[in-house]
Amino acid sequence: MKILYYPGCTLKTKAKNLGNTAKASMSLLGVELEELSRWNCCGAVHSLTDDDLIHQVAPVRVLIRAMEQGGGKLVTLCSMCYNTLARANLIMKNDVEKRDTINNFMDEEQDYNGDIEVIHLLSYLNDEIGREKLKESVKTPLTGLNIAPYYGCTLQRPREVGIEAPGKFELMTDFLRTLGANVIKIREADMCCGSYQILGNPEAAGTASSVIINAARKAGADALSMSCPLCEFNLGKKQGGLPTYYFTQLMAIALGADPQEWHLELNNKASVELLKEKGIIN
Amino acid sequence: MAIKLSSKTIKKEFIEKLEKLSGQNIQQCFQCGTCSASCPMLESLDRHPRKVMRMAQLGLEDELENTNTCWVCASCHTCNVVCPRGVDLPRVMEALRQMSLRKNINYIEPSELPAETIKECPQIAMVAGFRKLTS
Repeated sequence: MKILYYPGCTLKTKAKNLGNTAKASMSLLGVELEELSRWNCCGAVHSLTDDDLIHQVAPVRVLIRAMEQGGGKLVTLCSMCYNTLARANLIMKNDVEKRDTINNFMDEEQDYNGDIEVIHLLSYLNDEIGREKLKESVKTPLTGLNIAPYYGCTLQRPREVGIEAPGKFELMTDFLRTLGANVIKIREADMCCGSYQILGNPEAAGTASSVIINAARKAGADALSMSCPLCEFNLGKKQGGLPTYYFTQLMAIALGADPQEWHLELNNKASVELLKEKGIIN
Repeated sequence: MAIKLSSKTIKKEFIEKLEKLSGQNIQQCFQCGTCSASCPMLESLDRHPRKVMRMAQLGLEDELENTNTCWVCASCHTCNVVCPRGVDLPRVMEALRQMSLRKNINYIEPSELPAETIKECPQIAMVAGFRKLTS
């Protein structure tokens, strides 16, 4: 089975441990993530001013490429890409005036009406693969790994594009439990890591991140599971106080994907050591 | 902060522009402060979101220009989800940023970023940061 897939820029370079692990795991589950043959940067953030339509063109172009390649569902992994594509899609679906302006602006592309269904891989796993099949496919359960699901901002907010209601973290909780991990729930799972303020106000971003790390440690978590390369950068690489993994990486390990596909070399040392300590990897 | 209010200080054009850009009716805010209580960047703000909303309602354009709130906002939408009046504050913050950025005033200068930051940051950090903080 094939499903259209939009990787986004970061997954091709600094977050191969998010993109490649998803491809490898999904293949073990019998699903080929078929990358769009032509795509561009989604813009990373949604424009929030009403008159700024030019910044919607990039994500809309991605959605048009998905239409050209057969349409239907488009799976994406990076939380920021998911948010940006899903919100641009809503404009094209619901706002006739903006849709017409954007469609008229693009000469070469076909008109687009919001027909693509943008879905995050966590939703796809829950809706299309299901807990039973995932459980059956686990070869190395993540036994003993105390892990806190971390959603960040863009998987749940704003409500109209959230993969589940704000404050609920069931999708990733179920997913991690199915892989055999011991889930530690924290209320801070949807608190902001500081996001792009790592450029503008690095100290403020550091403070925001440390609140999350401290809460997770206090609750007894050994690590955080996430789906956003910017969260991983702020919470993992910049803070370094707690191992961090992409949820797809944990899936690749649990499903027995080729270790070369895990890309643990992109995680920090403590993340690799923890998995060894728990006897999950050699 | 002591402020003087008069027909001269309340800049109606500013309020109209802010509402047009943000698509929000800023008079909806009834100053409960739930936004401030939920803000993850609160410690780094020199005016809390609730105060920014009040300053906006009073059309205090100059004072808002000297306030860092919209520049520290990470557009996380926490305040938007909890606001009992349905005000989309991240849109108000973006409108405030845009009013400066459209005068070609950058908050960060890409050329002045440390080489290490450029090397290690993921692309989405750079794209998002430049989109929100540069003109």
